Amino acid sequence: MSAVPFVRAPRTKLPPEEPLIPQRRGGGTAGYWLYLMPGLVLVTVIVVVPLVWNIYLSFTDWRGIRPPEFIGLENWIELFGDATFWTSFVNSIWMIVAMVIFPTLIGLVLAALLFDVIGRKYGGRLASFLRATYYLPQILPAAIAGIVIGWILRPQDGALNTILESIGLGFLAQNWLGSPDTALGSIMVVLVWIQIGYPVVVFMAALQRVDPELYEAAELDGANWFQRFRAITVSIIRPEIYVVTLTCTIAALKVFGPVYVLTRGGPGDSTIVPAYYAYSEFFQSQQVGYGATIATALTVVIAVVSILFIRAQNAAERKERAGL
Amino acid sequence: MATTLAVTTAPKTGRRSNRPPKARGGMTRKNGVDWLMLAFAIVAAILIAAPFYLILINSFKSPADYSTGGPLALPSAIYLDGIAAFWERVNFPQKVWNSVFISGTVAILAVLISVLNAFAIGIGRIRGRSWIVLLFLLANLLPQEALLYPLYYMFREVGLYNNVWSVIIVFTVIQAAFGTYLLSAVYGTFPKEVLEAAAIDGASRWQILWRVIFPISRPTLSVLLIFFIIWTWNEFLIPLTFLVSNENQTVPVAISLLQGERLMDVTTTSASALLGLIPTLLFFLIFQRTLTRGITAGAVK
Repeated sequence: MSAVPFVRAPRTKLPPEEPLIPQRRGGGTAGYWLYLMPGLVLVTVIVVVPLVWNIYLSFTDWRGIRPPEFIGLENWIELFGDATFWTSFVNSIWMIVAMVIFPTLIGLVLAALLFDVIGRKYGGRLASFLRATYYLPQILPAAIAGIVIGWILRPQDGALNTILESIGLGFLAQNWLGSPDTALGSIMVVLVWIQIGYPVVVFMAALQRVDPELYEAAELDGANWFQRFRAITVSIIRPEIYVVTLTCTIAALKVFGPVYVLTRGGPGDSTIVPAYYAYSEFFQSQQVGYGATIATALTVVIAVVSILFIRAQNAAERKERAGL
Repeated sequence: MATTLAVTTAPKTGRRSNRPPKARGGMTRKNGVDWLMLAFAIVAAILIAAPFYLILINSFKSPADYSTGGPLALPSAIYLDGIAAFWERVNFPQKVWNSVFISGTVAILAVLISVLNAFAIGIGRIRGRSWIVLLFLLANLLPQEALLYPLYYMFREVGLYNNVWSVIIVFTVIQAAFGTYLLSAVYGTFPKEVLEAAAIDGASRWQILWRVIFPISRPTLSVLLIFFIIWTWNEFLIPLTFLVSNENQTVPVAISLLQGERLMDVTTTSASALLGLIPTLLFFLIFQRTLTRGITAGAVK
């Protein structure tokens, strides 16, 4: 699942409708539409039509067999009173904590360490090696990452419980994924582990804009590590912090694979997330109309979050320009 | 879910490697705080790498060896039965081929469609292009659950349900949506002189696209291609829903469906995780350079 950073198209000084290739006599821009046709047709059939259809389905009762029956706002009224749905959204907030807040904060510190201290004083090779290590979990399919950590957390003979017992902490051993108290926390650990490398790599790429001499100079002037971190690192990579926060928040709202693999939303509803709830309504309860309502609500939340982020980013940029 | 990335074209100028610059002589005084920082960074790396290490050593143990030595000991003898048993059960070569075929086809088709779209938007600068870019961007941001059931119904109606082509078509569109968004911005800044020269030489639009623009933007396209392969390989929800029979499944789906079988002993389960991560790990090692060059958050100035 990929997310996209918000990037403004570069402003060019050409007249707005003038193609970059000089026009022949009598040639219009109409010919370019032909190039767009395959993509536009595909995106209409595969994205636009299903999306509109799904919104329509949220106003129907449909078991997937007989034709959908229009029931107005009934699904939506049910949704707002549905405790499971609210649980799934509260869990989404925990997913955001695990995928956005922890990785961004830890990633900031690690990127600053790698760039400011390790890259400068212990050599770029070591910094690159560490960066690649942090990034490793990012390349796994999320479902496989879930299986890896799930294996460590197995109840009877899992690595974690076995290690705890061998060092005399056996009383801490748990059925990590099978008990409602620890299942959500275990999934969060998986997500932190998966996500941590992403901010590190993005922030380090952003730090390429900084001349290391700047750190040298600051250090000579007696700035300690934390002062350098605040004054140089964080202020330079503020735009990237926005991008990472937005992309990871969207990803956190869409989490499905690790939940499916590890707990199927259980025990009880303790680890249910909107994506899994919609899936189970579609294919296990055969409540297609209600599943479509959950999916539509999730889409609305993602859209609202994206718009708020973009507006916050623009406001921050305006403030910065005013301050200059 | 998985990787969230943005791709940019790194200008070919300046520092060739993206390594942090080497310490120059003189300013390499290391104080106590620096050593503490180094220790912190290394401990973090060990924690992140530990699950990989555990899976690796325990996949080559017999269950008996695991219960006597514990998860941290190295295997007392190399035991391949767990891996072999799972390899057989999941018919691993077939699953790898399905994943390779789906990801490879999607990547090529999606790059092709991205190029065509970006040519119209970035070079042709057609009317209403900002709305069109927005449409493609939304197509990429949407949660797949919002398309899932209608797509499932459509593919069942046209007889493509439980066929790898259903997954290929869906991901071609989703990845091309991202590619269009990115490439349109890249092509929008294409050097005008090159295009003018080609036009003066009498090249048609079609020829300019394939003989001038395509070769020049090849580095960007190869980064896109690699990301499309990885993203598609890692997809889970749609392959899980559309590929119900065993012989069509992808690696992540097949492996996670077998997790439910309580018959698997501890080391066979470890072996299943190992088989799940080996292909992506190999791919990462081969293309590491390209990947790290591409992983930067878009053109944020």
